[in-house]
Amino acid sequence: MAGETRKKTRQPVAEGKAQGNGISAVSQNGHSAATAEDGASEPFVDYPAGAYTHEELGISDDETRAMYRNMLLQRRFEERAAQMYGKQKIGGFLHLYIGQEAVSTGSAYAMEIGKDSVITAYRDHGLGLALGMTSNECMAELFGKVGGSSRGKGGSMHYFKKELNFYGGHGIVGGHIAVGAGIAFAHKYKGDGGVCLTYFGDGAVGQGSFHETMNLAALYETPCVFVIENNEYAMGTATHRAFAQPDFYRYADSYGMPSALASGMDIFSVYKAMSDHIAMARNNRPSILEVRTYRYRGHSMSDPANYRTKEELDARKEQDPIIRLKGYLLERELASNEDLDAADAEIKQEVMDSVAFSEESPAPALPEIYEHVYAQTDYPFLTD
Amino acid sequence: MAVLQFREAIRAAMVEEMARDENIFLIGEEVAEYNGAYKVSEGMLDRFGAGRVIDTPISESGFAGLGVGAAMAGLRPVVEFMTFNFSFVAFDQLVNNAAKIRYMSGGQYAIPIVFRGPNGAAGQLAATHNTAVESLYSYFPGLKVVAPSNPDDAKGLLKSAIRDDDPVIFLESESMYGLKGEVSDAADYLIPLGKARIAREGADVTLVAHQKSYWRALEAADRLAEDGYEAEVIDPRTIRPLDIDAIAASVRKTNRLVVVDESNPFASFSSEVACQVQERVFDWLDAPVLRVTAKDAPAPYAKNLIEYYMPRTEDIVAAAKKALYAR
Amino acid sequence: MPIPVEMPKMSDTMEEGVLVSWLAEEGDAVSSGDIIAQVETDKATMDLEVYDDGVLLKKVIPAGAAVPIGGLIAVLGEAGEDISGLLAGYDGGAGVAHSEAPAASTGDGAIQPAEAAAPPQTTETAEPPVLADAGRVKSSPLARRLAEEHGVALQQIAGSGPEGRIVKRDVEAAIRQAVPGRSVDPGYSAAALEAPAEDAFETLPISQMRKTIARRLAESKYTSPHFYVTVDVDVEQAVAARARINAKAEAEGGVKISFNDLVTKACALALSRHPAANASWFEQEGVIRRHGQVHVAIAVAIDDGLVTPVIRHADRKGLAQIAAETRELARRARDRSLQPEDWEGSTFTTSNLGMYGVEEFTAIINPPNACILAIGAIRDEAVVRDGAIAPGKRMKLTLSSDHRVVDGAVAAAFVGTVRSYLEEPLSMLL
Repeated sequence: MAGETRKKTRQPVAEGKAQGNGISAVSQNGHSAATAEDGASEPFVDYPAGAYTHEELGISDDETRAMYRNMLLQRRFEERAAQMYGKQKIGGFLHLYIGQEAVSTGSAYAMEIGKDSVITAYRDHGLGLALGMTSNECMAELFGKVGGSSRGKGGSMHYFKKELNFYGGHGIVGGHIAVGAGIAFAHKYKGDGGVCLTYFGDGAVGQGSFHETMNLAALYETPCVFVIENNEYAMGTATHRAFAQPDFYRYADSYGMPSALASGMDIFSVYKAMSDHIAMARNNRPSILEVRTYRYRGHSMSDPANYRTKEELDARKEQDPIIRLKGYLLERELASNEDLDAADAEIKQEVMDSVAFSEESPAPALPEIYEHVYAQTDYPFLTD
Repeated sequence: MAVLQFREAIRAAMVEEMARDENIFLIGEEVAEYNGAYKVSEGMLDRFGAGRVIDTPISESGFAGLGVGAAMAGLRPVVEFMTFNFSFVAFDQLVNNAAKIRYMSGGQYAIPIVFRGPNGAAGQLAATHNTAVESLYSYFPGLKVVAPSNPDDAKGLLKSAIRDDDPVIFLESESMYGLKGEVSDAADYLIPLGKARIAREGADVTLVAHQKSYWRALEAADRLAEDGYEAEVIDPRTIRPLDIDAIAASVRKTNRLVVVDESNPFASFSSEVACQVQERVFDWLDAPVLRVTAKDAPAPYAKNLIEYYMPRTEDIVAAAKKALYAR
Repeated sequence: MPIPVEMPKMSDTMEEGVLVSWLAEEGDAVSSGDIIAQVETDKATMDLEVYDDGVLLKKVIPAGAAVPIGGLIAVLGEAGEDISGLLAGYDGGAGVAHSEAPAASTGDGAIQPAEAAAPPQTTETAEPPVLADAGRVKSSPLARRLAEEHGVALQQIAGSGPEGRIVKRDVEAAIRQAVPGRSVDPGYSAAALEAPAEDAFETLPISQMRKTIARRLAESKYTSPHFYVTVDVDVEQAVAARARINAKAEAEGGVKISFNDLVTKACALALSRHPAANASWFEQEGVIRRHGQVHVAIAVAIDDGLVTPVIRHADRKGLAQIAAETRELARRARDRSLQPEDWEGSTFTTSNLGMYGVEEFTAIINPPNACILAIGAIRDEAVVRDGAIAPGKRMKLTLSSDHRVVDGAVAAAFVGTVRSYLEEPLSMLL
């Protein structure tokens, strides 16, 4: 079973149904020796902001306008959610994605929604809405109402939508990364051609789960893209204070995976990078894509964000991905100011309607506490 | 009926189920090319191939989480821990992801996964390798915990566990893998989860015991019989859901209960049974519910200490006699 | 190394002993076999022997104190030796309890509550039954439910569980008594309860013997359903036979026999013919044991109590031997020098109050026997003989039987045989 180089010995794993007799990558002896000998490093690509136009990327004008609308929906939704949090309509934690919308929308347009899968951490409103979750089910979930996507059982951190292959919404930093690899494993096992996009923040890179999963995913060649949304702060800790190596894409080399750096401020950068990495994943080549982005808000609603200056924030806001795409649309006359204002008004109305929907949606009935704990319908709970 | 070792019964269950449903796969350390650290999966690589019998690096958190994701996506993984002592580095995957995702998704995602492997003490392995985990994992709503004591139950229960749409912690034992017993070879031999087995009937005192403790309890029942006491021995088989009805019915008859459990005593399975029994049949109790457990200390290495540490037959006899007010 | 002297177990039923008197003083040199104190057990006053040589360093308990088995009584060792470590070792483990004071309120730090006796006894051996006090009644949930269902007052039941807890078996015994709410034998009630409220009263310490009598007989009365069969026996021939035997004995220097010895012999022979009455109920084992031997115990009154020494194999012994043994046992009973083997192992008991002029009475079964025979006085009575009134001698015998073991027909047949032996004493020679 000895192979000369890693690439030659790399064989498909876990194609249970499709292939039936893949080979366990654990037996890939020779891998590290070969790498050490030739000193080869894995491919790396930089996707800078401002380098791409929609035509070059094969994105239609309509799609470009829809991308803008998609990002703006996330922005308006979360602004309203922040207000509702202040009005105590929303409890618990509320982590806002504002500023990072290019990552979610760029991904959503690069993937095949319904065929491919998505899993993310607790800052999940943006991805949920980008994939097509409705404002109503998202807002009602924040309100803890039956109309919510999880019938009020998950809240802000736990959006799930099975029809969209959206696997959550996970509150424990790093814990879902391995789950993402498992979803990718299943795509390969079933041979359905899908890939899994696994999103997490810079803070998760410090977790053991990240490193274990990178190794497993590479070893098993799972169709997975690991997207590190580097917004520069793990809660209040800047990346350079938490990591000896804050260039996260560099970790890919250690696990024998290709990597890339994209700009989260430019949706085309994200779209291009994501498209390339999804294509690799479809060939069972997992990878790490680090997206440099920025979160305007605090970590959560209770975070005053004293760890950064107003100047820093203002400078970043000037690079805002929504403002950037708006400028792009106007400059290329893909839309007029009036068009965009009208879209904004529509979106604001949609969000306001979702607030009304959530207000009216009933709270879950108390017996629902025992629903969805088990698939088993007659589970003998220890009730009063 | 065929006489099989415990490990062979486990293997038979997995092989039969994997032959039936190609969405089932086995993953864990040394399960494939090594043929299983305890030879449970011997021959399965040859039969099902490396795509379905999958070796892992030493990454419990990673492969346990991978299993959860695969289960969410429609597969039915069987994840082997070389021992459940190693599951603690994967704790988050078991108690957060496996146990709670169904709930937090409002029922959208099922997690049909089995985590299986040896549980509890296995001799002079000292503190980190001697943990009984049933009390721990049965704490979590969303998980099911199965702990069979004999090959026949092991087969029937594992087949049910694999078919179950909920995550199941399936507990085996290093020291029981060689245990032989008659095992049904009936097609679709399924023992429902959550049903206790009355292993021995008696009217004087009820002994509840599972896994290794079950065999100690049977010995104790023999000794009690020599003194004229008939113990009823109940093997709960499933820890969660617990067949408390069977235990309560027995206590109504015997009025006395001794719970034997190799978990540590504090906040353990035995505490749980004692609590539920007094809640349900307080007026039938003629004596306090007594427990025989591992000592309230980490497992020691020294031979004499580990022997003293574990529930012993004489401890069970003594507890039963105490409950009987025997003179 | 100081050597502890602990309370030994001196009888099968003993749980604690009272140190009656010290026979050695601190500083005395003692050697193995010396008697250093006397201990009153539930059965007798026994010598406390030491098994080591040394100096009596400390008398740990005063005369009059009760000590559980295993409790520290004294310390031997070399003169001047430090014994504090040894004493400290007993503080938590074994203990001593004064009989005069409630154990729990004992002030002396060296004196431990009786409950703190050596763990094996407290954890694996049931404590003696005690009457529930007027305050909190300790009972198992099941016992409470059973008592309520059967209208039995828990306050009237003696608990046999740990710390006097009333358990299922205690309530079941009370239910069998079928005297709801009044299941205590009146003879067992504390004297104070019977005294008029305004009267002065005297409190007496309860001796070990009284405690044992109370416990065993209460248990017997509660747990074994008694029934009684009385026969009136014509003892004219037996009286005449005894007179002849004793006249001969006097002339030859042999052993004189009492009328009670005749009854003992008659009972022994009857028991060998009715093994169903020579039996015991073993609740825990779930069996009835029919004894292969006939060991007849005889109740002997002594100061502040009674003991029941045993004539072993009485069915196989002649009247003279029974008489001699009975006399010797009675003497030693009064001297309190009976040994455990003298009172253990009976299969049947007789109790005779005839000498007090009692014509008939009922006795409480001596556990684990199934029967006890109460012997009344011989009465001169006019009897009809051959159609004419003539002077005759009669005696009433009342057999108490445990209905769990013996049914009415068996009891009747048994006493019938006893009667026929006594009415035709020559048949005892067959």
